[in-house]
Amino acid sequence: MARMKFLCDADRCIECNACVTACKNEHEVPWGINRRRVVTLNDGKPGERSISMACMHCTDAPCAAVCPVNCFYTTADAVVLHSKDLCIGCGYCFYACPFGAPQYPRVGNFGSRGKMDKCTFCAGGPEADGSKEEYAKYGANRLAEGKLPLCAEMCSTKSLLAGDGEIIAQIYKERVVKRGYGSGAWGWKTAYRESIAS
Amino acid sequence: MRTRLAHIRFIIGALALAFVVAVAAPAGAQDRNPDGSVNPTASAVNEEQLLNALRGGAVSGRVTIPDQKAATLIQPEGQVWRDFHEVTLRWIGLIAIIGMLILLVGFYMWRGMVMIQSGRSGRVIVRFNGFERFIHWMTATCFIILAITGLNITFGRPLFASAFGSEAFTTWSQWAKYAHNYLSFPFTIGVVVIFLMWIAGNIPNRTDVEWVKQGGGMVDPSKHPPAYRFNAGQKMMYWIVVLGGTAMAITGYIMMFPFYVTDMAGMQFSQIVHGVVGVLFVAAMLAHIYIGSIGMEGAFEAMGTGTVDENWAKEHHPLWLEEQKKGPAAGGARPMATPAE
Repeated sequence: MARMKFLCDADRCIECNACVTACKNEHEVPWGINRRRVVTLNDGKPGERSISMACMHCTDAPCAAVCPVNCFYTTADAVVLHSKDLCIGCGYCFYACPFGAPQYPRVGNFGSRGKMDKCTFCAGGPEADGSKEEYAKYGANRLAEGKLPLCAEMCSTKSLLAGDGEIIAQIYKERVVKRGYGSGAWGWKTAYRESIAS
Repeated sequence: MRTRLAHIRFIIGALALAFVVAVAAPAGAQDRNPDGSVNPTASAVNEEQLLNALRGGAVSGRVTIPDQKAATLIQPEGQVWRDFHEVTLRWIGLIAIIGMLILLVGFYMWRGMVMIQSGRSGRVIVRFNGFERFIHWMTATCFIILAITGLNITFGRPLFASAFGSEAFTTWSQWAKYAHNYLSFPFTIGVVVIFLMWIAGNIPNRTDVEWVKQGGGMVDPSKHPPAYRFNAGQKMMYWIVVLGGTAMAITGYIMMFPFYVTDMAGMQFSQIVHGVVGVLFVAAMLAHIYIGSIGMEGAFEAMGTGTVDENWAKEHHPLWLEEQKKGPAAGGARPMATPAE
């Protein structure tokens, strides 16, 4: 089995936000929920870099560790998923997550949070693969269809890579060697405790 | 002569310029690759460098969506909070609550129930009127439910999640969360009313010094230290409820209205305060419940029927009894207008 990861090559990202739009459209994510976003560091200054960020599907995921009802689980592909039937909307995963991935729909008045929503690596949830219930709660299950996450598939500069960690790391390393520079795989140190030498 | 001087000046100037260029060259070379082409990553940083430079602070940038929380790319503080929630809080809670239970069981085995030494007189005196008892029991009921549902968030998963099964545990936790959120309102009202209605008897004074010196009568059963309506121990309990309750209410409402008044660090800090004060609060209340029930003869009825035996009052609150006997007209510190039921 593969160990699925995301890798954003910040030296290629042009902040077009196509990944964000692709994600929203593929999963019909409601307004205000952002499973993926593009963050620009040093905006307008030398060394400006944009990074597309979503759930990194961490090794030893902090969200899963702090969840009071144990609603998270890790698939055979090392994708971190959760059950909306078990989530109680306490918000703890958002306090622990290094990447701000968990999102909550606002239900009712005040700040009351509904069931948490986050990037599923296009792998749905605990319901039967490709079922209506799964789509309604978690969006499309592309992985079950043999496809990779749409955000990375649609990336026009192929900055965002998704797939087996070893393969995408290899692609990135080859790029760095060929072009002679690379500002690293953002989030890898935090999510996987490893970095790709550039 | 003049041309020669100008010539020397020119040479010196040229040398100086060459020196400046030579010194500056290595710095400029960083922007260029060895072959002279531009290096686009010259001023870009990578994750590890930036995290080290920020020393545990968050990596933030700019986003084009309305949710500005999303501008934080990486927040390492979450790991610190995770460690607190998973390890530190559980240890503080275990030590405080289990420690208090051991202490109470030990104390009960040593001293047993503190009896009314002179026996019951058969005459009773009003200690808490109906309103006071209503507020006490409203707050107490809320507290017990808040405590159980609150402890469930920290200790429920390791203790019960596998035994109950995830479905059942989630159903319980969901209702527990609703109960925790909604009962916070009557609890907060209770704490405010308790603060106002008992503040007069709970200002620390010299009698308390004497009471503490005599160990509150806990060490030597024959001794009964002086006390007005509330002794130093009860005053301590009062201030734990007032200050602890206030801290719990403030941090609780911050968490109930997430990110309304504070940022990520504020939310994490609120949870830390809420957790630590919460488990200490539970430990303190265990002691309160003990001394108000099996710990002391004649104590429960003060909050039960609202009256206490005169001999109980004589032994535990002699100065208060004197005040009451003199009556409010004679200058009692706190008039008790309520008739006995």
